[in-house]
Amino acid sequence: MEKFDKLSGIAAPLPLVNIDTDMIIPKQFLKTIKRSGLGVNLFDEMRYDRDGNEMPDFVLNKPAYREAQVLVTGENFGCGSSREHAPWALADFGIKAIISTSFADIFYNNCFKNGILPIVLPQEQVDVLMSDAEKGANARMEIDLEAQTVTTSDGEVFGFEVDPHRKHCLINGLDDIGLTLEKAAAIDSFEARAAAERPWV
Amino acid sequence: MSPKTLYDKIWDAHLAHEAEDGTCLIYIDRHLVHEVTSPQAFEGLRMAGRTVRAPDKTIAVPDHNVPTTEGRENPEAMTEDSRIQVAALDKNARDFGVHYYPVSDVRQGIVHIVGPEQGWTLPGMTVVCGDSHTATHGAFGALAHGIGTSEVEHVLATQTLIQRKGKNMKVEITGKLRPGVTAKDITLSVIGETGTAGGTGYVIEYCGEAIRDLSMEGRMTVCNMAIEGGARAGLIAPDETTFEYIKGRPHTPKAGQWEQAMEWWKTLHSDDDADWDKVVTIRGEDIAPVVTWGTSPEDVLPINESVPAPESFSGGKVEAARRALDYMGLTPGQKLTDIEIDTVFIGSCTNGRIEDLRAAAEMVKGKKIAVKRAMVVPGSGLVRAQAEEEGLADIFKAAGFEWRLAGCSMCLAMNPDQLAPGERCASTSNRNFEGRQGYKGRTHLMSPAMAAAAAVTGHLTDIRDLA
Ligand code: SF4
Repeated sequence: MEKFDKLSGIAAPLPLVNIDTDMIIPKQFLKTIKRSGLGVNLFDEMRYDRDGNEMPDFVLNKPAYREAQVLVTGENFGCGSSREHAPWALADFGIKAIISTSFADIFYNNCFKNGILPIVLPQEQVDVLMSDAEKGANARMEIDLEAQTVTTSDGEVFGFEVDPHRKHCLINGLDDIGLTLEKAAAIDSFEARAAAERPWV
Repeated sequence: MSPKTLYDKIWDAHLAHEAEDGTCLIYIDRHLVHEVTSPQAFEGLRMAGRTVRAPDKTIAVPDHNVPTTEGRENPEAMTEDSRIQVAALDKNARDFGVHYYPVSDVRQGIVHIVGPEQGWTLPGMTVVCGDSHTATHGAFGALAHGIGTSEVEHVLATQTLIQRKGKNMKVEITGKLRPGVTAKDITLSVIGETGTAGGTGYVIEYCGEAIRDLSMEGRMTVCNMAIEGGARAGLIAPDETTFEYIKGRPHTPKAGQWEQAMEWWKTLHSDDDADWDKVVTIRGEDIAPVVTWGTSPEDVLPINESVPAPESFSGGKVEAARRALDYMGLTPGQKLTDIEIDTVFIGSCTNGRIEDLRAAAEMVKGKKIAVKRAMVVPGSGLVRAQAEEEGLADIFKAAGFEWRLAGCSMCLAMNPDQLAPGERCASTSNRNFEGRQGYKGRTHLMSPAMAAAAAVTGHLTDIRDLA
């Protein structure tokens, strides 16, 4: 997995609430058996018209935001389906961090597995960052995972919380499965115990 | 011992490892797998030279994009990318030796219907699947939730999941339901009350007399939509109704072990003095038959009300409601029962079980559809067979419904069953998101009886007026 430590990038404002995974990556793109190449279809139905032409009003189609690496968005981002295609598409487009007041659980989890940092902040701070993002390409936002801070283009700093295990994995680009397999002995002994207590399982 | 909730008890019984920072490894008893969210996970295993740790606890079934029309075993019936995905599941299931129900098997169906039907889902288990509606299995008092593909790979390789414990939320539905009110109305009303993010970070336990009175089918409908309320999992404590349902199914414990299992299962309830982080109480008598008017499952109203004005909301919801009404082609003040319907879809893991089909057939009996098209997609091959035996299929066909084979179908429209732009659907599924049932398609969620009523009247209908 790609490492994430510090980032200075363009933030795109997407001030909608309840953006679901069907909006992030519509189902017709779930038929792939690969993880890569989904970036062009990110937000497909908001980004293109039926003939596949870009809709100029959509934020990621605007010249200022085509290279965005951060999304600032409304509450409950990523609700709906468990499809990991959503973070795959975001990562493939180049998004590395998403800022909102809340995320849906499964999506939040999926982000960390794909090198994306989801940041939860209170509404007032998200509002400040939203206005900052609206300034366009000159306003670069800084995110420091080690220090757990977001800095606006004006230098205002907000601290955020992140689970220590997830932070550790993201900073070091660690693969969860490898880490868990190191605990095989604990899993073996759990299995033996469970087989005696609940043999029908 | 300190008092525990049902969630606490199941969690504790599956804790395989806890790190100093509080990160836990939870052992997984049942892993359900389908064709859409698993190919990359199996591919990952192959690339790392890993195997499936517990193939006997892993159950695979294709459901999301299989066609639901006759002759679907023919590879030509599928588009090329669907075919590749189903073929990949075929191959992965065989290569890794997991239990498998291919499309040609009468037991095939929607993964969340097949699991309980075959007795794979049992009280006190941990159940996961690369699908958010895994919450369905919580109806048995199992801790069940959706996971992403990386986690699918993690479970395949280690039979565990890295987790942090969620918070406890109690949703109590007191008293009795009124006539015409179903499990679907309960679950939609709860979301209407708490919002789609109200359960984020929580595991919900549904309890109260109205929940106790539900059949297993109804309980599955309630838990199915826990995720639509933001909760990872929904739970209902097992009782006689549960034990009665699971007894004798192919994979439930047999003589000797059954008694041992029952002994444990009977301890699976929240202690009286357990602590709750959040409690929501709704009176069963206050729940009406409901429909959704917008593009989020929280956009729910009793059927006898009218389309709301965006200004009646606050914050970001004002803009969301404006966008939703525009998308849905509705005007504030319009009576919900005046909304005309083009298509009716009865099926999905929310409402594709035998009881749902019985309730719908009851409404349809002796009538004709008044919509452009209506379809019934049973949740599994066995549900379909039973409905045929009970004469339900004949009722639907005589009324003009299409009688389909089992699968997810128009619940998410990955197969050819899709709405056209602007087409309006009364659906028994669980998501009314933009484009969910087809590009620019418009979805109203409701119970099977309400969807069937809309089919025969041509517009959203209060079933209490038909009785
Ligand atoms: S029926 Fe719908 S909600 Fe259920 S598993 Fe299939 S696609 Fe998901």
